[in-house]
Amino acid sequence: MADLIYRVNMTNLSFKIEEVPARWLGLGGRGLTSTIVAEEVDPECHPLGPNNKMVFAPGLLSGTSASNSGRNSLGAKSPLTGGIKESNVGGTSAGIFSKLGVKALIIEGLPKDENTFYQLHVTKNNVEFIPVPELVGKDNYAVLDAMMAKYDKKVAVMSIGRIGEMRMNLANVSVKDPGGKLRSHGRGGLGAVMGSKKIKCITVDAADYKEVTIADPDKFKEASKIFTKALQENPISGQGLPAFGTNVLVNILNEAGGLPTHNFRQGNWEHAEEICGETMAENIKARGGKTTHGCHAGCVIQCSQVYNDKEGKFLTSGFEYETIWALGAHLGIQDLDLIAKMDGLMDDLGVDSIETSVALGLAVDAGILAYGDGAKAYEILSHDIPTGTPLGRIFGAGTHILGKAYGLVRVPTVKGQGIPAYEPRAVKGQGITYATTPMGADHTAGYAVATNILNSGGHVDPLKKEGQVELARNLQIASAAVDSTGMCIFVAFAALDDAKCLPALIDMINARFGCALTIDDVMNLGKTILKTEHEFNIKAGFGKADDRLPEFMKYEILPPHNVTWDFTGEEIDEFWNF
Amino acid sequence: MHVVVKLFAQYREGRFKVEERNYAIGTTAQMVIDLLELERVSPLGVLMVNSRHVEPSYCLQEGDVIALFPKVGGG
Ligand code: SF4
Repeated sequence: MADLIYRVNMTNLSFKIEEVPARWLGLGGRGLTSTIVAEEVDPECHPLGPNNKMVFAPGLLSGTSASNSGRNSLGAKSPLTGGIKESNVGGTSAGIFSKLGVKALIIEGLPKDENTFYQLHVTKNNVEFIPVPELVGKDNYAVLDAMMAKYDKKVAVMSIGRIGEMRMNLANVSVKDPGGKLRSHGRGGLGAVMGSKKIKCITVDAADYKEVTIADPDKFKEASKIFTKALQENPISGQGLPAFGTNVLVNILNEAGGLPTHNFRQGNWEHAEEICGETMAENIKARGGKTTHGCHAGCVIQCSQVYNDKEGKFLTSGFEYETIWALGAHLGIQDLDLIAKMDGLMDDLGVDSIETSVALGLAVDAGILAYGDGAKAYEILSHDIPTGTPLGRIFGAGTHILGKAYGLVRVPTVKGQGIPAYEPRAVKGQGITYATTPMGADHTAGYAVATNILNSGGHVDPLKKEGQVELARNLQIASAAVDSTGMCIFVAFAALDDAKCLPALIDMINARFGCALTIDDVMNLGKTILKTEHEFNIKAGFGKADDRLPEFMKYEILPPHNVTWDFTGEEIDEFWNF
Repeated sequence: MHVVVKLFAQYREGRFKVEERNYAIGTTAQMVIDLLELERVSPLGVLMVNSRHVEPSYCLQEGDVIALFPKVGGG
């Protein structure tokens, strides 16, 4: 049976099933969420009001045996940026949605009753609305435990903690992973949208598990083999990522002078060694954790890990470079174990570990805590934010609003979203991505670090302007396309360096759906997605001035390379000429 | 001449993290890589001298800091 659209209306707690309109048939993941949000959500609506919608969509290849195809996209108008948002995640939801034949789950409206939170239970041809007063005020792991007690292990769970209930801009939507831990639709405050709709959790029941249909199974198998081999043979996806995780980047960005330190005052940090991927891997090995771990079944790269404390007790998993950078170099905490403890707590609370940590680093400038004061940072995270004290509420609004509340000028945000772990002045291609992506400063939107710093897909000098706009544009187009397939973005390393990788990916899509897409078609899809998102933002009130980095980066010289952000507005605006 | 050599990721295993070493004038970055037999472990990914990307043919100077990474990535 063909995949279907499941549509939920929270205003009257109703549910219906719709055929997929022809124009959405070739779309999945980000391509589908952004298309539906652009078609159905009023760009001028309040993100927490009745006219915003949440759209979940697994990728085109999710649910198949294709390696690394288990990413699920969530789209909505973002309360953090005020623009369109797509955030994708591993975990178990994409595979189960696909096997249930759900092409997209669209959630609209707001319940009239302010006091009731619901669990939505999605099963074959049905969605149940179950009031869950017992879960109100609980965080993610408690919700997960309750759902595990209620259902068999194959149920996908997406939930919010107290932060989401309070509709804070930091709130994410957390998703159960195969090991029973959490992954996040991290950025953009999508957990606040879920909280506004009074949804505490969504469970997707796999009782009617079926394999997704493949139009040409032999061709699929053959292409899938080539694709998997490309991932395994690539030194980055086959060796570096599994051995050291994404945190391998601390040392390389530090060496390159692109590791933002002390709220973007310097491009390197003398204590990088304390928090780097090599140190992390040593700790993991000595303490009986796991250096390799997949965030979803079928991941052959396994960049994730299980990080334990000195006693061998679990601290966190999915311990990513960006979080470690923000609490480390940016905020000054040198204790990797404390950073891990905070990362684990952020999972449980359901906050974006990047936005929260960038805001904590900015709080040093606000005089709220001292640089490197981990104890105070932990107190804010464990007490002020989850209990919603006035200070916690200011943090909960995100980096940009914290900066405004304290009258700060050096506020590292674009479109209201905190800039992650790469200094735009010293990694200029990444700066162009931050400036232009419709998502607000987002490193995954077009990862120019690959070509500026890592020599993946060639080399473009990170300190020079030449070639950066074109690089960021090409990468953003490709990323939009990859985000639609359900593939983890790390397949891009193999795709950039191995000529067999991308054709095999397209062959798999063709074999799955019985179509005949070419690389050009897929790139055109990427272009269309970007333009759709950009147009939504323009209708929401964004203009060229929003495609800019914080002004201080233009006049403050960044050591060690002593560089500034030297692009003119016209040069940045060239990005959209395609 | 004195050169600081920094190794990262898999290159550290069984070697060192950072050492000051003495090389003859005219030593290139590639010669350092070869002497340490790094590419037996993993292909070279990034080579920086004094925080700038350079080619393996780069001729080292007194006081240079050379950083050697296998192919790594993340994001
Ligand atoms: S490589 Fe990492 S992020 Fe990608 S699917 Fe695997 S564990 Fe998840």
